Amino acid sequence: MNLFSKLVNDVSRLWANYASAYLGGMWSTLKLAVVATVIGVLIGLVCGILNTIPCGKNDSLPRRVLLGLIRFVVRAYVEIFRGTPMVLQAVFIYYGLPYFSNNTLRFDDIWAAAILIVSINTGAYMAESVRGGIISVDPGQTEGAKAIGMTHVQTMVNVILPQAFRNIIPQIGNNFIINIKDTSVMFIIGFTEFFAFHRYITGVNNMYFPSATIEMIGYLTMTLVASFLLRWLEKRLDGSDNYELVSDDQLVMAAGTYSYPDRGSPFDERHKPSREAVIQEVKFGRNRGER
Amino acid sequence: MADTILEIRHLSKSFGSHEVLKDIDFTVSKGDVTAIIGASGSGKSTLLRCVNLLETPTSGEILFHGKDVTGRGVNAPEYRSHVGMVFQSFNLFNNMTVLENCIVGQVKVLKRSKAEARETALRYLQYVGMAPFINARPRQISGGQKQRVAIARALAMGPEVLLFDEPTSALDPEMVGEVLAVMQHLAGEGMTMLVVTHEMAFARDVSTQVVYMNQGVICEQGPPADVLENPQRQETRDFLARFRKN
Ligand SMILES: Nc1ncnc2c1ncn2[C@@H]1O[C@H](COP(=O)(O)OP(=O)(O)O)[C@@H](O)[C@H]1O
Ligand SMILES: [Mg+2]
Repeated sequence: MNLFSKLVNDVSRLWANYASAYLGGMWSTLKLAVVATVIGVLIGLVCGILNTIPCGKNDSLPRRVLLGLIRFVVRAYVEIFRGTPMVLQAVFIYYGLPYFSNNTLRFDDIWAAAILIVSINTGAYMAESVRGGIISVDPGQTEGAKAIGMTHVQTMVNVILPQAFRNIIPQIGNNFIINIKDTSVMFIIGFTEFFAFHRYITGVNNMYFPSATIEMIGYLTMTLVASFLLRWLEKRLDGSDNYELVSDDQLVMAAGTYSYPDRGSPFDERHKPSREAVIQEVKFGRNRGER
Repeated sequence: MADTILEIRHLSKSFGSHEVLKDIDFTVSKGDVTAIIGASGSGKSTLLRCVNLLETPTSGEILFHGKDVTGRGVNAPEYRSHVGMVFQSFNLFNNMTVLENCIVGQVKVLKRSKAEARETALRYLQYVGMAPFINARPRQISGGQKQRVAIARALAMGPEVLLFDEPTSALDPEMVGEVLAVMQHLAGEGMTMLVVTHEMAFARDVSTQVVYMNQGVICEQGPPADVLENPQRQETRDFLARFRKN
């Protein structure tokens, strides 16, 4: 108990002295994670779409060669960036590019470098998720869209991708949370995010454990808020659980000047008796029992 | 023959070495209601999908108002917007409401204004009795209701021909009637329709022409009174007899 109250005491002292540093670090971490996740998801979408362009035996040779090449490049990208640690990728990109290009390729802005590295990492992970998300949409959806005359692009944009996007929100959430935590390795290129301040502050006063406690609470707060927001987004995209029945009067108002030529059609909900009659007639035939 | 809409000539379709359709010939004129009947696996769906270019025919021609639509330079999406299709599994867009389902094609494909598309969609939703459900999502309505929305979605595109692939086969029995009733009403208004169906009462009472398919060929075709009541071919008689027993 004594130890615990000492910890609480130290934490509050640290916080009193360095709150703005910690908060600034959290802000940098969040900004980097949000921007890199968004860009990463976009990269993943592009790769996933490129990977699912239909390609059959009937297509022309140049088209098949081109699509094969695209798939190979995407595959290589995914395997390389998924298969190596982000710390090393950061080293190679931030220090390696200038070194091997005689300083013609270098980063003047540490933010640009950090965003680039985290984005292409996220993209590599998302590419596979997006591909899976697209494939798991019922093929009937594509047929329905084609049957009303939509082109491949229109079908993708209006029907398939919105559903695929809904399918992959959990993975986007995962990647976002991983990014909040894993951006801490960006210290290797001198990017000062939340964890970097832990290193600076403990370097001054040696209060490792209290500072780590603040870091823990900080990271957990960020990830919990992220989870919550993603749940909310999922719910919103699903639409409400119930719907309002709309009466005819409301429809007239909503449709402006619209008047109903078909008001008397037998399928009007208000013409139940006549509809029943037609239904019976069709279902059982006009002269039932004759068959 | 000014009012011929579709002419299918020597249409064949193979999947690999499996020849599913063999030398299919028939004509659809304006106002025709053609019922396509036949055992499962006889190629009825493939025929309909070829007519809509969802499958590419292996050989033969499909003439739409006299123009072949199977060639390379044909704008398939444009053609499909004139030929509506209603599927056994509805295929409503799950990411949209009932109303949006009926609007999206008009806006994206026909480039109608939002307001005009909304009006047209409401008119046809009213027609099939689904207007009160415009804010519902496909997962929230019954199969019969979904199929009626699918019909409204197809009608909103102003098609010249409507293709139905077993529109009532996936429905609970008590919902079959409401969909058939809509189709019968459409037929009564002169809509040109091609209907793959196992509903013999519908074929007999509503269609103007019956096509009986057997193993990828048209075995017999003609007015319903001839094909259904007085079939000439033994295969047709056997099929109908099997059907009556069930
Ligand atoms: N995409 C496909 N690939 C291979 N075979 C297919 C394909 N679609 C249909 N078939 C085959 O074509 C035949 C006819 O199928 P279908 O047109 O669905 O028959 P029906 O609708 O009359 O039941 C079946 O033997 C089926 O296995
Ligand atoms: Mg079928």
